[in-house]
Amino acid sequence: MLTPTYYLVLGALVFSIGAVGVLVRRNPLVMFMCVELMINSVNLTFIGLAFGLDDIGGQVAVFFVMVVAAAEVVVGLAIVVAIMRRRDGATADDLSVLRG
Amino acid sequence: MTLQLFSFLVAGVVVLTGAIGVVLAKNPVHAALFLIQTLFGVAVEFLVVEAHFLAAIQVIVYAGAIVILFLFVIMLLSVDKAENLSVEPIVGQRSAAVLTGSALLALLLAIIWSSTNLTGIRSANGDTGRTDELTGEILPNVNQLAESIFTDYVFAFEVTGLLLTVAVVGAVVLARRIPGALQAIPQSALAARDGNLAIREKNVVDDADTEVGES
Repeated sequence: MLTPTYYLVLGALVFSIGAVGVLVRRNPLVMFMCVELMINSVNLTFIGLAFGLDDIGGQVAVFFVMVVAAAEVVVGLAIVVAIMRRRDGATADDLSVLRG
Repeated sequence: MTLQLFSFLVAGVVVLTGAIGVVLAKNPVHAALFLIQTLFGVAVEFLVVEAHFLAAIQVIVYAGAIVILFLFVIMLLSVDKAENLSVEPIVGQRSAAVLTGSALLALLLAIIWSSTNLTGIRSANGDTGRTDELTGEILPNVNQLAESIFTDYVFAFEVTGLLLTVAVVGAVVLARRIPGALQAIPQSALAARDGNLAIREKNVVDDADTEVGES
């Protein structure tokens, strides 16, 4: 029998993996991907609880999270492009200064 | 084991291996491909609990748009060189990161463990979603979601449109290429700024004068 707990545990696992990725990796693009992982784990949690509580509101929340994630990726990648143009092969260490 | 649980577990393995792959892949392109694997797995998890619309959106928006955007940026900027992961830039950073992640996981699992009342709420007949007013049948997932978004959450939905517009404009402005070196500020703008400053200073002086005069 599938219970929401399965979804919560899977979400917790993916969130932790994503958090470790953000802390460990130096490539800003890979860091962004790990942030996507964390966002998806939150979506899993929402879906699990929407299933458990029989409430469509959880799915609506996932819908809005997806929209915000898409907007975030667009702006974030634009910033990465703008920085990479000025410094080749920039890593997270080079991004401590936002001034081009 | 029900088919539902079996599908969940298979998709869960796909999600977790993909997630670990994103973190461990040396090459950013491989990381993006592992990300696609994870996102497809999540879409299957959505299907398992009959969130059909969100599963379709997950594949279209995430795998179809966001990851492709990642790949475009990786290849346009030619940052697809493999990273040397054997060098640890800051001593002890990785072990500290893994420790932090494990602590976070333990905390989350403890919270899930302690909130046992989350299970068993689901009603006995399995599904009590919104029903059709005329026939009394349970509506399909897409209809339920549409009804919810366009009635209860319609203002948030409108704001979403605004957010996307702002994001697109912001991306265009940020990624715009300015030819040549950084350009000097035009003289007219400098003059305007100086003028504003002079006016502001004059106002401050005037204010001080009037205050002195009043007291």
